[in-house]
Amino acid sequence: MSDNNNLLIESSPQIKQFDSTQSVMWSVSLCLLPAGVWGAWIFGPRVIGVLAASIIAALVSEAAMMYLVKKNTLKDGSAFLTGLLIGFNMPPAIPYYIPVVASVFAIVVVKWTYGGLGGNFMNPALAGRVFVFFSWTGPMTKWTMPHSLAAVDAVTKATPLGYVKSGLLDYTGSANGPAQFLVQNGYPHTVADTGVTSWLNAHLGLHLSNGYVDMFLGNIPGSLGEVSVLLLLIGSIYLFIRKIITWEIPVSYLVTFSLFIWVFGGTRFADGSYFSGDILFHLFTGGIILGAFYMATDMVTSPQTRKGMLIFGSGAGFLTFLIRIYGSFPEGVSLAIILMNIFVPMINKYTKSKRFGVEEKKESK
Amino acid sequence: MKGLKTFKKGGVHPPGNKNLSEDKEIRNAVISELSVVAMSQHLGSPAEAVVSPGDTVREGMLIGKSTGFISGNIHSPVPGTVKEITDIYLPNGMTSKAVVIEMAGEFDRLGKESIETAWEQLSSKELIEIISSNGIVGLGGATFPASVKFSIPRGKKVEYLVINGVECEPYLTADHRLMLEKADQIIEGIKIIASIIKPEKLAIGIEINKENAISRIQEAALKADLPLEVVGLKVKYPQGDEKQLLKAVTGREVPSGALPLEIGCVVSNVGTVHAIYEAVVLGKPLIERVVTVSGGAISNPQNLKVRIGTPIRSLIEECGGFKKNPVKVVVGGPMMGFTIYDLDTPVTKGTSGVLALTAKEVRGSAQTACISCGRCIAACPMGLNPTTLFKYIDHSDYVSAEEIGLMDCKECGSCGYVCLAGIPLIQGMRLGKRMLRTKKVKS
Repeated sequence: MSDNNNLLIESSPQIKQFDSTQSVMWSVSLCLLPAGVWGAWIFGPRVIGVLAASIIAALVSEAAMMYLVKKNTLKDGSAFLTGLLIGFNMPPAIPYYIPVVASVFAIVVVKWTYGGLGGNFMNPALAGRVFVFFSWTGPMTKWTMPHSLAAVDAVTKATPLGYVKSGLLDYTGSANGPAQFLVQNGYPHTVADTGVTSWLNAHLGLHLSNGYVDMFLGNIPGSLGEVSVLLLLIGSIYLFIRKIITWEIPVSYLVTFSLFIWVFGGTRFADGSYFSGDILFHLFTGGIILGAFYMATDMVTSPQTRKGMLIFGSGAGFLTFLIRIYGSFPEGVSLAIILMNIFVPMINKYTKSKRFGVEEKKESK
Repeated sequence: MKGLKTFKKGGVHPPGNKNLSEDKEIRNAVISELSVVAMSQHLGSPAEAVVSPGDTVREGMLIGKSTGFISGNIHSPVPGTVKEITDIYLPNGMTSKAVVIEMAGEFDRLGKESIETAWEQLSSKELIEIISSNGIVGLGGATFPASVKFSIPRGKKVEYLVINGVECEPYLTADHRLMLEKADQIIEGIKIIASIIKPEKLAIGIEINKENAISRIQEAALKADLPLEVVGLKVKYPQGDEKQLLKAVTGREVPSGALPLEIGCVVSNVGTVHAIYEAVVLGKPLIERVVTVSGGAISNPQNLKVRIGTPIRSLIEECGGFKKNPVKVVVGGPMMGFTIYDLDTPVTKGTSGVLALTAKEVRGSAQTACISCGRCIAACPMGLNPTTLFKYIDHSDYVSAEEIGLMDCKECGSCGYVCLAGIPLIQGMRLGKRMLRTKKVKS
């Protein structure tokens, strides 16, 4: 046996778990891929151009900042993920310069003015999206109809959430919920939706309006990566199995949101009663699934302890509900999450874990 | 299995890899021609060499004398001649004086029948004296002199004697094999300790991945009529740390900065208990111990009974050498052990394992900035915030680090194991603690 002169000398622990910053970032990107492909499929190949624009802009910005600070951070995948998420949050017909501006803003201002990865206090992708949303509100709210629906109606139409929001401004009709409202007003749905819905109603004893199946599969207008609830959920299952995301934030987010929607969501409709909100409609539309599983769970900008994560998720759920039901925007996920991002340092401060062998307060049995 | 106990806060589940060696019976290792016996093999002040080059030594003869209250005697593992007294590097990177012995002449114990002596009539003081003179230290890793641990200060009462059969470090199976093969001797050792410290209750904690050891110890205790509570524990690292073990077995928390005695408990490792049996009943000093030689790069992993002072190279050779290229050779377990560069580093009393690990086992990746994932906080069994501690230490703010509990850190490695960003958290903790200690010495 000859001496091996390549033996490493390192501090303990001598073994590491499987995951790393890189593997987490690339895994999340991978899990988003199916929903992106779906977007390209139903909204057309232009979607690929939008994604490419936002990703390339993010990578170039990261490279430029790397050059300034003389670090190599491109490989960690965080800039790619930020670019991808910005692309996911764009309407399919967006002019290319808008995702580019969003990515540059996200990387240069939101991320690197605080020192790059790990230093930022706000989710860069969401801050980038909100920045361009308020700068170019027109193009940011012009929605393309999916191919599957375009034949029946115009090429562009409001998202289900937007349609309901503007329709409810001075509502006196008879619909008891958003889905019924859409059906009554002739909002289009696919043949598959009609078929599956009637099958479900017949076999499971449900009373679903048409439209839910389309919303779940992603046959609705919306941001190009947010529409397919199904594919986003499948991706998140992988993230759960790999323990890249934990249940605390998504579950507390969705449960709190659903609870408030259920209590107050129905008050704007015909019978105006409490405890009649349409949870399913609100979970299947807008960016809440993308937000709860892929954006609120961003490690850098979410709390560190389990208790903190629950507070953070619940806060985001409550704010999303407030904005959606009582605010002037149809959608509230981006704003809710970045508002909660601001509270993270405070949440961390008040949710420290209890030290072993240290009495902090009197413990009663 | 339901109803198994464990500690609540933190902890990690690294791959155990104990199957590599857990079925291998303990074998006597080939005795090396040259033994390098370090004078610093225990916690506390190093022993002082009492032999000179050219001296003839016999097996088990005192060659290093304890130099203080917290120190330990060192005995010659082999008969032979003292070749030189030199400085060597220990696995942990510290230097130590070492007596180099060239084997020659006849063994006094090896191959001879050992005579059992009755100890029941001996007083606590006499028993402690035997343990001390035979150089028994904690074999679980901390190498704290056993005689000091069992000298209970006046006024303190021991409620619980908890024996540590957890062996939570991955790969290591030395204690497991010892419990299977030497259960009766361990039970006898527990009786000896119990007669010294007179605890009200006796318990042993064993993780459920060693089910055969649990039943073996249960049998042996029954046979010897010893009221020993055998507690099966869920597998979780670092359950073998005495604070976590006591939490799991007794439900009590050792207060920050205090010793287990504060809550009426004394903990001793099964290896130590066995060594105490050998010292008291057989009159044998601590000159050998069981070492697990394992890892993905080792051809034939084994549990070897090794003389102190044997070069690690010879153990690896005995296990068939390397079958793959190791990236690290680790002395101890993979979570708390030290990497060595020089394979001639000798086995000491604290060497529980020698692991040759492949790149696939080591894993790890390039270091990035902390992404605040919070995994280190969730993993810390002491409820500390490793990432914030590291930031303070990185900014040389050791006082703030101390305020949030740096001195509670036991360097178990759980935080470093889970860190996504590959930050050398434990290295930081060690640096911070050293800086605080030197500062205190100065002021």
